[in-house]
Amino acid sequence: MAGPNDTLTRHVESAELGSHVTGLGFFGTEPVFATGDGEVIIGIGAGSRRVAVHTGGILVAAAEKGRIVTGGDDGRIVATASDGTTTELGHEKGRWIDALALGPSGAVAWSAGKTVTARDGKGGIKTFAAPSSSRGLAFAPKGYRLAISHVDGASLWFPNVAGAPERLEWKGVHLDVVWSADGRFVVSSMQENQLHGWKLPEKAHMRMSGYPGKTRSLSWSGDGTWLATSGAEAAIVWPFSGNGPMGKAPRECGVRPRRVTTVAFHPKSLVLAIGYDDGMILLVRLTDASELVVRHIAPGGAVTALGWDEHGDRLAFGTDEGQAGCLTLPGGPA
Amino acid sequence: MSEKIPVTVLTGYLGAGKTTLLNRILTENHGKRYAVIVNEFGEVGIDNELVVGADEEVFEMNNGCICCTVRGDLIRIIEGLMKRRGKFDAIIIETTGLADPAPVAQTFFVDEDVQSRARLDAIVTVVDAKWLAARLRDAPEAKNQIAFADVILVNKTDLVAPADLAEVEARIRGINPYARIIRTERCTVPLADVLDRGAFDLDRVLDLEPAFLEAGHHHHHDDDVQSMSVEIAGEVDPDRFMPWINDIIQRDGPDILRSKGILAFPGEPRRFVYQGVHMILDGDLQREWKPDEPRHSKIVFIGRNLKTDEIRKGFLACKA
Repeated sequence: MAGPNDTLTRHVESAELGSHVTGLGFFGTEPVFATGDGEVIIGIGAGSRRVAVHTGGILVAAAEKGRIVTGGDDGRIVATASDGTTTELGHEKGRWIDALALGPSGAVAWSAGKTVTARDGKGGIKTFAAPSSSRGLAFAPKGYRLAISHVDGASLWFPNVAGAPERLEWKGVHLDVVWSADGRFVVSSMQENQLHGWKLPEKAHMRMSGYPGKTRSLSWSGDGTWLATSGAEAAIVWPFSGNGPMGKAPRECGVRPRRVTTVAFHPKSLVLAIGYDDGMILLVRLTDASELVVRHIAPGGAVTALGWDEHGDRLAFGTDEGQAGCLTLPGGPA
Repeated sequence: MSEKIPVTVLTGYLGAGKTTLLNRILTENHGKRYAVIVNEFGEVGIDNELVVGADEEVFEMNNGCICCTVRGDLIRIIEGLMKRRGKFDAIIIETTGLADPAPVAQTFFVDEDVQSRARLDAIVTVVDAKWLAARLRDAPEAKNQIAFADVILVNKTDLVAPADLAEVEARIRGINPYARIIRTERCTVPLADVLDRGAFDLDRVLDLEPAFLEAGHHHHHDDDVQSMSVEIAGEVDPDRFMPWINDIIQRDGPDILRSKGILAFPGEPRRFVYQGVHMILDGDLQREWKPDEPRHSKIVFIGRNLKTDEIRKGFLACKA
């Protein structure tokens, strides 16, 4: 059997950032990286700019058009714009920022221990005390509503509505949480090496198990019908069309004898970028399982950040020990 | 893969002197950089960006193992610290005086991500020489902290008479004869005796000769937490031993605080070494037996209401 096609690696520009890559995004065509040294690095290679944003490390990061928002172990939540200017959005003195999510109209939410804070685009702040510390936050695709993962389930909170949030129950420790683009599914990853989903509004349970490790990276396909996940020796991709994945087998993409650490769906096509714990990165097309190598096994540790630009022309990545790179697809989208 | 970061767990009842020790570790010039996870921020009188407050969130793992609890906050904090590798050499976790050390220790066995990056080095317990006897009467946590310890600092020795100090140490030995006891005043102990002990390394875990074999020892059996060991002057049959130890651990795990063992299997040139916390066992074939080393098999339990006769009989029946 022929190995994966190796025609893309020469279209990758690489750089040594020197510190763990926590998260990344794009300012237009330029990748932007957030690091364990507290820096935001705009661009790659020659001409890249470093902005010292946090005095400690960056623990969480999320990017959207025109800005990357970071939370650090200095307790600050900071937005960095493409020109390198920074704006402090919040400060939890003496706490670490554990989770971060971006929402509609400039909204940002973060958690520090049990305290979850939602900040709307105008700067209005609301807080919620979760039943335990929260490691995962996700905004609903429509409206100002936040899913908050915690022990024994998740809560769906309207920051601007008084009263108790809606509770989604499932025993165990819930880590990351995602919300599908059609708003019908909330899915969490769990300490117990499985996913748990709730179909809304009836809160029907979906249990997705069989992972040898924890899932810490989840990515919806651009059309919202597939959810790719890390935590196994392949990217596990669950079908979410119709009534969701119950009773259906997931796809296994990019099977290798190494653990998948990060996944990122192309924004427009059914192509999945997969990062592994040995630094390798593959692109896999769901329709025919064809594989392309973006990066071979390399020093620098596991792939810890992976993401596409808005149009899907570029794929940026970063690793545990500070390697980074950016692939520009030759001749347009895959 | 870079080397695992050693983690020292610092326990001790309220007022025993944990904070004194912690402040010494943070301020003395020992050439090492520590990330410190504290339970109360205010007590550590030092401004260090690698000091982080913990929430002591104990989670029950939903995996069918009733005593399988982990510290969720530690998993989260260690994951965060690992983004800053290179900024520190080791991690110290301070627990509250009332904390049970088990969830802390189990976190290092149960969580794969933590286990792959950090290793539990030792559990160090600070006790107050003057008040230990009283604590053992009224605080089950104090007993657990001694039972779990690899190193016990008997602090404030200047406040008790020599006879009382001997009595205190005898009480400690009655619960845990395997820990190293160090007498101190105001926690003045060489830090090398406390840090980087390798007590949980499988190849060092079995420095099994209990200190209570020292002359002049007198035994206390009034504590419900005790220890026991059984030795076979020979090999054991793994096909009998493995199911047996798993049975014991599954059934009596809640009462077994720590367990260790070193075993000779027939035809196996290497030593099999295991250790456990409650129901969690971690074992492996380790270095080869030395030519002059008798191929003996020995197991140790520290726990509550141990069924000593049954355990002894069961282990002896595993003889190859």
